[in-house]
Amino acid sequence: MALYSARRRSSAIVMGLSYATTAFGLGFLFLILGTLLWRGLVGLNLAVFTQMTPPPGGTGGLLNAIMGSLVMTSLGVAIGTPLGMLAGTYMAEYGRYSKLATIVRFINDILLSAPSIIIGLFVYEIMVAPMGHFSAFAGVVALAVLVVPVVVRTTEDMLLLVPNPLREAAAALGLPRSHVILKVAFKAARAGLITGVLLAIARVSGETAPLLFTSLNNQFWSSNLNAPMSSLPIVIFQFALSPYADWQQLAWTGALLITLTVLTLSILARWLGSSRTTK
Amino acid sequence: MADVTMGGGLVVEASSLDRAKALGALKAGDTIFRRLTQAAAVVVLLILSGVIVSLVVGSLPALRAFGFSFVTSQVWNPVTEKFGAFAPIVGTVTTSIIAMVIAVPVGLGIAIFLTELCPQWLRRPVGIAIELLAGIPSIIYGIWGLFIFAPFIQGHVEPGLIAMFGPVPILSSIFAGPPYGIGTLTAGFVLAIMVLPFITSISRDVFDTVPPVLKESAYGIGCTTWEVVRRVVIPYTRVGVIGGMMLGLGRALGETMAVTFVIGNAHKISTSLLAPGTTISATIANEFTEAVGDLYTSSLIALGLILFIITFFVLAAARLMLMRLERQKGA
Repeated sequence: MALYSARRRSSAIVMGLSYATTAFGLGFLFLILGTLLWRGLVGLNLAVFTQMTPPPGGTGGLLNAIMGSLVMTSLGVAIGTPLGMLAGTYMAEYGRYSKLATIVRFINDILLSAPSIIIGLFVYEIMVAPMGHFSAFAGVVALAVLVVPVVVRTTEDMLLLVPNPLREAAAALGLPRSHVILKVAFKAARAGLITGVLLAIARVSGETAPLLFTSLNNQFWSSNLNAPMSSLPIVIFQFALSPYADWQQLAWTGALLITLTVLTLSILARWLGSSRTTK
Repeated sequence: MADVTMGGGLVVEASSLDRAKALGALKAGDTIFRRLTQAAAVVVLLILSGVIVSLVVGSLPALRAFGFSFVTSQVWNPVTEKFGAFAPIVGTVTTSIIAMVIAVPVGLGIAIFLTELCPQWLRRPVGIAIELLAGIPSIIYGIWGLFIFAPFIQGHVEPGLIAMFGPVPILSSIFAGPPYGIGTLTAGFVLAIMVLPFITSISRDVFDTVPPVLKESAYGIGCTTWEVVRRVVIPYTRVGVIGGMMLGLGRALGETMAVTFVIGNAHKISTSLLAPGTTISATIANEFTEAVGDLYTSSLIALGLILFIITFFVLAAARLMLMRLERQKGA
C-alpha cells in the first residue's frame, strides 16, 4: 500500500507540474499581449496613420513605415505565392513519389525553418552588392524567398487531402491532367490553399532580419522600388533602441499594430482551415 | 485517339480534325503546365543552392585571410581588421542550450497536459493559444524583452541567483557579477519562450499518435497517469519528440531580432551567464550595415555561413527523424 501511495504521489507531482507549465506558457502569452496593449494603445491615434516618421523630438506617425510594409509584403507574397503553389502542385500531383519531389520536400522543410537573417545575407549578395545600393525591391525578393516554403508546404499538404476518387472521376470524363488539377483538385482544396497564403502573409509581415540589409530604412515617403524603403519592423527596431521617449512610444504602437495584424491573420487562417476539415 | 480520326468518313473528317486539334491543344497545355510545376519545384532547390553558393563566395575573402583560425579566434576588432568567430559561436550555443533546458521540460509538460489531463473542450483553445506564441514576430519578443523582461530579471531574479550561488564553488562563477538585466541568461530565457510552441505542438501531435489501446491496457493494469506517460507514451513517440526538440533548437540557433535586443552585444566570452555576450545572428544584425571594408563584410558573411551550416545539420537531423516516424505511421 505504501508503494501504491508513493506511485500515486509521484504521478500527482508530475501532473501538477504539467498544469504549472501550461499556466507558465499561457501566462507569457497574456503577459506579452497585455504589455503590448497597455504600452501601445496609449500612443494610438489618427496621426499614427496620417503622418510620416518624425525626427527625434518631433511629432509624427508611422505612415511611411506602414505603407512600406504593405507594399513590400504584398509584392513579396505576389511573387512567392504562384511559385510556391506550382512547386507544391508538382510534389502532390505529378511527382508524388518521385526522387525530385522527395528532395524538394526535404529542402523545403529546411528552408521553412532556416534563419531569416541568412536569407537577408543571400539577397544582399545577389542583389544589393551587384546593384551597389539598398532597395525596396531587394526587400521584396527576400520576403518572397520566405513566402515560398510556407506556400509549398501548405499547397502540398492540402492537395494530398483531396480524395483520389475525385481525380479519377474527372479523368474518366476525359479531362486532361492539368484541368483535373486546376478545376477539380484546386477547387476542393481552396480553403486550405487560402490558409497557406494567409499563414505566409502572417509570417513575413513581422519579419525584420531579412529587411535589415536589403530594403534598409527610409525616413521619408518613398514609392520608388529602386530606393530604400521604410518598413514597420525596421522602424520598431530603430525607434525602440533609441534614447528618445516619443520614438519608443511609436515603436510600441507599431509593435501593437504588427502583432494585431499577424495574430488576426493566423487566427483567420486557423478558422478557415478548421471549417474545412470539420465539414 | 488515332482510331477515332481514322475511322471517320468524309463528313466526319472535318469535325474530327477539329477534335484532333483541340485534343492537341489540350495536350500541349498539359505538358506546359506539368513542365511549369516541375520548374517551380526545381527553383526551390535552386534557392537553397543559391544561398549556399552566395554565402561561400561572400565569405571566401575572410576565410582566405584568417584560415581555420577564424573559427577558433576570439578577437573581433574592426579597427585592425582582425576577426574571429569564436565568441559569437559560443554565445549562440550557450543561449540555445539555456533555451532548450527551459523549453523542453515546459513544452513536454504542456503536451502532457493537452493530451492526458485537459478536458476535450479546452484542448483546442489552449493548443491554439500556445501556438499563437509562435505567431508573434520576433521583434515583439525583442522589444518586450528589452523593456519589460530584462528589468524584471535584473531586479528580481539575478540578485537572487547571485546570492544563492555565491558560496557554491563552480556555480558562483557561472552566476557572477553585477546584474545587468541584459545578457546571455535573459537572451536564453526569451528564446525559450519563442521555441516553446514548436516543441509543444510537435510533442502533442506525436503523443496523439499513440494507439489508445496501448494507453488503455496500461491504465487497465493499474498504472498511474505519469507511469503511462513515462513508460508507454514517451517510449512510443521518442523519435518524434526528439525531432521536435531539434526543430526548436534550429529555431533557437538562428533567432535574430529578439536576441539582438537583450543580449548586450559584447564580443567577449564570459564565464558568467549574467554578463552580456553576443550571438552569430545578433552580430550580423548589428554590424552588417555599418561594416566598412571588404574584409569586415566578408567576415560577417562567414559568420552567416557558419550559422547556416550549424542550423542545416540540426534541421536536417530533425526532419530525418520526423520523416522516419511518418514512414512508420504509414507502414
